[in-house]
Amino acid sequence: MATVLPVYPTTRRNVELALVVLAVVIAGGAWAVTGLTVEGSLPPNLFAYAGGLGGLAVVLHLLLRWRAKHADPLLLPVATLLNGIGLVMIHRLDLALDSSAASRQFTWSALGIVMAGVVLVFVRDHRILRRYTWTAAVAGLVLLLLPLVPGLGRTVNGARIWIGIGSLSFQPGELAKICLAVFFAGYLVVHRDALSLTGKKVLFLQLPRARDLGPILLAWVASVGILVLQRDLGTSLLFFGLFVAVLYVSTERVSWIVLGLLMFSAAAVFAATTMSHVQARVDIWLHPFTAENRTGSSYQLVQGLFGMANGGLTGTGLGEGRPQTVPYANSDFIYSSLGEELGLVGLFAVLVLYVVLVERGLRTAIGVRDGFGKLLAAGLAFSVTLQVFVVVGGVTRVIPLTGLTMPFLAAGGSSLVSNWIVVALLLRVSDLARRPAAEVRNGPEGDTGVTQAVRIA
Amino acid sequence: MNRPLRRLSLVVAFLFFALFASTTWVQFVSAGTLNAMPGNSRQLYSEFGRERGAILVQGGAAVATSQRVDDPYEFQRTYPAGPLYAPLTGYYSLRYGTAGIERAENDVLSGSADELFYRNLSSLLTGEKPQGADVTLTLQPRVQQAAWDALAGRKGAVVALDPRTGDVLAMVSSPSYDPNTLATHDGAAQEQAWTRLNGDEDDPLVNRATSALYPPGSTFKLVTAAAALESGDYTADSALAGPQELDLPQTSNTLKNDEGTACGPNDQVSLADALKISCNTAFGWLGEQLGADALEEQAGKFGFGQSLSIPTSVATSRYPTGDDVAGPLLAYSAIGQGSDVATPLQVAMISAAIANDGVVMKPNLVAKVSEAGGSGSVIEQPSPQELGRAVSTGTARTLQQMMELVVSRGTGTRAQIDGATVGGKTGTAQHGVGLPPYAWFTSFAEKGDREVAVAVVIEDGGTTESAYGGRLSAPVAKTVMEAALDG
Repeated sequence: MATVLPVYPTTRRNVELALVVLAVVIAGGAWAVTGLTVEGSLPPNLFAYAGGLGGLAVVLHLLLRWRAKHADPLLLPVATLLNGIGLVMIHRLDLALDSSAASRQFTWSALGIVMAGVVLVFVRDHRILRRYTWTAAVAGLVLLLLPLVPGLGRTVNGARIWIGIGSLSFQPGELAKICLAVFFAGYLVVHRDALSLTGKKVLFLQLPRARDLGPILLAWVASVGILVLQRDLGTSLLFFGLFVAVLYVSTERVSWIVLGLLMFSAAAVFAATTMSHVQARVDIWLHPFTAENRTGSSYQLVQGLFGMANGGLTGTGLGEGRPQTVPYANSDFIYSSLGEELGLVGLFAVLVLYVVLVERGLRTAIGVRDGFGKLLAAGLAFSVTLQVFVVVGGVTRVIPLTGLTMPFLAAGGSSLVSNWIVVALLLRVSDLARRPAAEVRNGPEGDTGVTQAVRIA
Repeated sequence: MNRPLRRLSLVVAFLFFALFASTTWVQFVSAGTLNAMPGNSRQLYSEFGRERGAILVQGGAAVATSQRVDDPYEFQRTYPAGPLYAPLTGYYSLRYGTAGIERAENDVLSGSADELFYRNLSSLLTGEKPQGADVTLTLQPRVQQAAWDALAGRKGAVVALDPRTGDVLAMVSSPSYDPNTLATHDGAAQEQAWTRLNGDEDDPLVNRATSALYPPGSTFKLVTAAAALESGDYTADSALAGPQELDLPQTSNTLKNDEGTACGPNDQVSLADALKISCNTAFGWLGEQLGADALEEQAGKFGFGQSLSIPTSVATSRYPTGDDVAGPLLAYSAIGQGSDVATPLQVAMISAAIANDGVVMKPNLVAKVSEAGGSGSVIEQPSPQELGRAVSTGTARTLQQMMELVVSRGTGTRAQIDGATVGGKTGTAQHGVGLPPYAWFTSFAEKGDREVAVAVVIEDGGTTESAYGGRLSAPVAKTVMEAALDG
């Protein structure tokens, strides 16, 4: 491991507060513009929503001053702004569709921010989570399998990734993502030596021993299982990608990536040739504009593309486009909805927000001193990347469309709460990463030095 | 673990780069292609959601307007005069596109024309939707109404031109249709109307005045007479052979006069008298003397063979060539009964050119383009354009006198107007054995500082014997000319 020069950043909490206020002003302004355009008057609930979102974000900010004063100052404003933009677009689509998704989304936002606060208060040091490595593994698996329980699971658009109790529905896979990130980090930080130091060298690749292949095979089988049983391409890809990335970071061995890509390709080819719903997705991806597809199976994708094209460089303006033409315009296709009304300029801004979010996560991983924290932060940051890539890549035809949600933007409670927890964990790890060395207490297990001394590249 | 983390950052950077690129591709590079794709309703919505400019006629009455309505399209196109102006305005239909002026002037009416760029720039900055501009037509509602009433529902067409400017004063095509039935936002009603109109044998959707090609019949004798006078070998008084029957080359058939008599004593007739009584054998013989090339050249100078847009598109009238004017067919072509075809507009252009001392003015429907609403400031005002000179001033004057003779003492006496100088030419065009012929009349009239040139065609010309254009069409022409000269 390269030596990290100790840096002593100031806490920058005031910057954070200023940026949070800016984020709320931008989101509130967009909310006001939407009301003015669509209904010709300022929305009556403007101050309730903007004040509510801003108030909660400021409370979280105060919590950071209290419990994590060295935490990264950009994560909270970026998450707040993305959440706010999502709320505005969902509200705008409510006006067009006469629905009420925004009030639900607002409730979930509040719950998400509260959950983030709870995580920050109770997880005083992320290294505590290492104790729960195997608990997280079990919890993650149970959450993943929940939708398969008869009577509890619900199938939406062919994918069985929902559970429902009464009128409430939830995607447990979103929470499973966090559990598995904890598990991968905790497991690999212990087993990285075995996985990285042994094995034969063939050509440029140091291959792992056959008996060390167990974990990756298990992850692969689980991913294929999700694909087959739950028919969900996105979740499957997310978990396997997350695992391979964390495995690579922990072992520094490119062979794992090569192996992972090969296994993924095999699974992809298998799925694309034998599973009808995957074949359908591939057909939609490759031939969306045929007369038959564009009014049928690829209608959603094509309408999304039409919407984005209609938006062009600068967009039609909030309330001026027709994003409601696209099915699931406020969840799966919120990216194209934003593209239509905010234009290429607006989408670039949104993508840059994600880049900043992920960059701060990776910087945290580099900056933090303990291996578990590195793997956890890297895993969480990369999972956000993968999720954005899979959603936006699907909407813009880089890859076939799958059923993941856009972090913070898309309507959907489970995703929102999970992503606020992700941000809370990143904030927690970054607090340690940026804390001046003198203040760093030894972790609960007092072994921070051990994990760092294994191999010096 | 920091080195792989940095590499992972590169992977992240690459993934995001792919997303920036793909988003740019969709929203910028291929946006135009996507916008033009079939099934992209957003373009329709955005076009139909604009306040489209009105189409007006002289005097300021609107014949097509956009009314604000409470449905997703926001504006409903309505045509207050219904079928009267339908062949000109055309329709503006969600499902079936546009026709007529709605199509030809679409970029102006929708507000997307280049001329409106600077005006639209300000609306881009203020965020308002660009508003379309108004298009005022050259049509005189009084003349249009008179033509419509005079035709009285018979199948046919009427065109009235100002010979000095080419302005179309009236253009009627019958039967017509109600464009409101195609402009409705009720999809089922729209489809029903479309199916019915397209299935109608009488082709109500066709503007007969500019899109239907008829044999011009004896009105073409004006072209033959013009070619003769222009050749320098003939005057109005030149004697032509005018027998009862004209022997034709390469066939035992003969060209006959409708009355079954010779056109004058000793089978001789002057050019002026031949036109006055519409003598077939004399003009057949004259055509053979002049030759197909001379006739084609003269027809071309009047506008045959040229494609026109006024700015709606006009079918190209044609004088036949090659085998179609070989042997006996040359004589037929000289009296408008060969393979010659002409639009009513073209026939009106012949009279107009003669009345305008030989200069053909380009026919034009658009008087001006102006800002919609109150200000009405003019954005564009086309000036009259010459299409060319058809005949010399002298020839034109001679032809005027010969046509006046037709009305004062010949086949077109029913077109006489008190106090006005009127010249005309009748026509009865056969277009099949046993079918009622087309009854033609074309004329010009002058009174004070007003001038008008008219062409009338009525498709169901009655029985063959009674079908002279003079009987059916001349009274229609007279009514239209009176409306144009008075008021």
